[in-house]
Amino acid sequence: MGILEELYQELVLTRYKAPQKRGTLPNPTHKSGGKNPACGDQIELYLKVEDGTIAAVRYQGEGCAVSQASADLMAEAVEGKTVAEALELAKKFKAMVVEGRPPAPELGDLAALAGVAKLPSRVKCATLAWHALEEALGEGA
Amino acid sequence: MDPRALKKDFPIFEAHPELVFLDSAASSQKPRAVIEALSRFYETAYANVHRGSYRLSEAATEAFEAARTTLARYLGARDPREVVFVRNATEGVNLLAHALADRVGAGETILVTEMEHHANLVPWQRLAARTGARIRAVPLTEEGRLDLKAYDRLLAEGPKIVALTQMSNVLGTINPVAKLAEKARQAGAIVVVDGAQAAPHLPVNVASLGADFYVTSGHKMLGPTGASALWGRLELWLELPPFLTGGGMIERVEIEQSTFTEPPARFEAGTPPFAEAVALAEAARYLEAVGREPILAHDQALTRRALEGLKAIPDLRVFGPEGSDRGGVVSFAFPGLHAHDLATFLAERKIAVRAGHHCAQPLHRRLGVPATTRASFYLYNTEEDVDRLVEAVAEARRFFKDWIA
Repeated sequence: MGILEELYQELVLTRYKAPQKRGTLPNPTHKSGGKNPACGDQIELYLKVEDGTIAAVRYQGEGCAVSQASADLMAEAVEGKTVAEALELAKKFKAMVVEGRPPAPELGDLAALAGVAKLPSRVKCATLAWHALEEALGEGA
Repeated sequence: MDPRALKKDFPIFEAHPELVFLDSAASSQKPRAVIEALSRFYETAYANVHRGSYRLSEAATEAFEAARTTLARYLGARDPREVVFVRNATEGVNLLAHALADRVGAGETILVTEMEHHANLVPWQRLAARTGARIRAVPLTEEGRLDLKAYDRLLAEGPKIVALTQMSNVLGTINPVAKLAEKARQAGAIVVVDGAQAAPHLPVNVASLGADFYVTSGHKMLGPTGASALWGRLELWLELPPFLTGGGMIERVEIEQSTFTEPPARFEAGTPPFAEAVALAEAARYLEAVGREPILAHDQALTRRALEGLKAIPDLRVFGPEGSDRGGVVSFAFPGLHAHDLATFLAERKIAVRAGHHCAQPLHRRLGVPATTRASFYLYNTEEDVDRLVEAVAEARRFFKDWIA
């Protein structure tokens, strides 16, 4: 499988075209935004955290398939997790796309984005939503 | 002009024989002559200019001033003192936006166009913010040309500065700058032309163009990074205050005040990029030897071929006008497929293009797309490069067929 087939597989396409978690939340407890000024990707993230657990995540934004699919998969993956678990997942995701480590099992469907590690110019697209998540949860960008 | 023969002058294509380089609008590749001129200068002729009273420094100064003369000739300037060396086109516009601060006041207008690169927009916005002036922009027609009727109307408002590009870095539109400059000067404006895209490809004669300032980008015209020629009318340079200040641009310095030297040195504070300027002069000679008429004709032939091929691909939006006022830049987009995803696909086929807003966000807003993928052509590109681009874009459409809206 070539790098293009690896990256642009069905899951990424589906999440780009028919996102599950796109939208806003009426009363978010946490909000943050992220931008890649060089390419125009942007995202706004809305979180509802109750008793240390992420009850709901929604996002809005525009950009390439990698940035938007990553946001959608992230939102789905961190819903129901504790803040600590979500931040741990962010570390594992970054280890996969930035350092090129094999996907940790907890990443589940997010493993679809592993191919990004081979495309240095696209890494920041994949990490955009995750940096916004870390910022919203107070872990810096 | 034989692009295959010229390509052999560019070592990058020996290092990357498969590379289809279609990103010269961002920065051009360098011929061996330029690379060698730079290393030869550092190896055999290097010492700071305008400083030492020893032979090596005097010779370096002479080489720097000879480079100024070469760039003056390349741009058609009457006097080498009209050429100021700056780092890049962005620095050139910033220099002007500071030096011209007294020429625009509160409530007065700085006129730009909707197709400007951020480098010829943001510095004027900052000037407007400092002075209370306002920015107005010439709109575009559907084809991607300047709306000349709107231009006339906007000129009637009496702008103090008119800043416009000679060639769009996204649409490839070549603006009728001589005509526009004449009208603007009649309306009493100072005319700044952004020649970053035009100077590498078009015959330029600043003496007859009618503008007051002409900004270029050395690294886009086969030169090294770090040195670019900024042309201005000598009578204006003589009147204007400096931008950056410090060493090299002074006449007499006391603790509390200083006086400044004559142009061009007044505008070249600090050690200038003289080695790079010497190499840039080599680039100018290379382009003069090939000839800018043949280069433009070659760019336009490749552009016609690209437009024909790309416009035949279903769903693809291809931007910019067709005709003799179109230079070697082609931007395109598939609805529903982001420019970066398309560029990644092309990159896997060794085709180097740029994706994004190309430092022209207002233009992309006007086009109604967040980003485009852009191919740009230069003297080393061949018909085969264009054909590989067109084939790959057609292939991308098949690959991403379920994505395209």
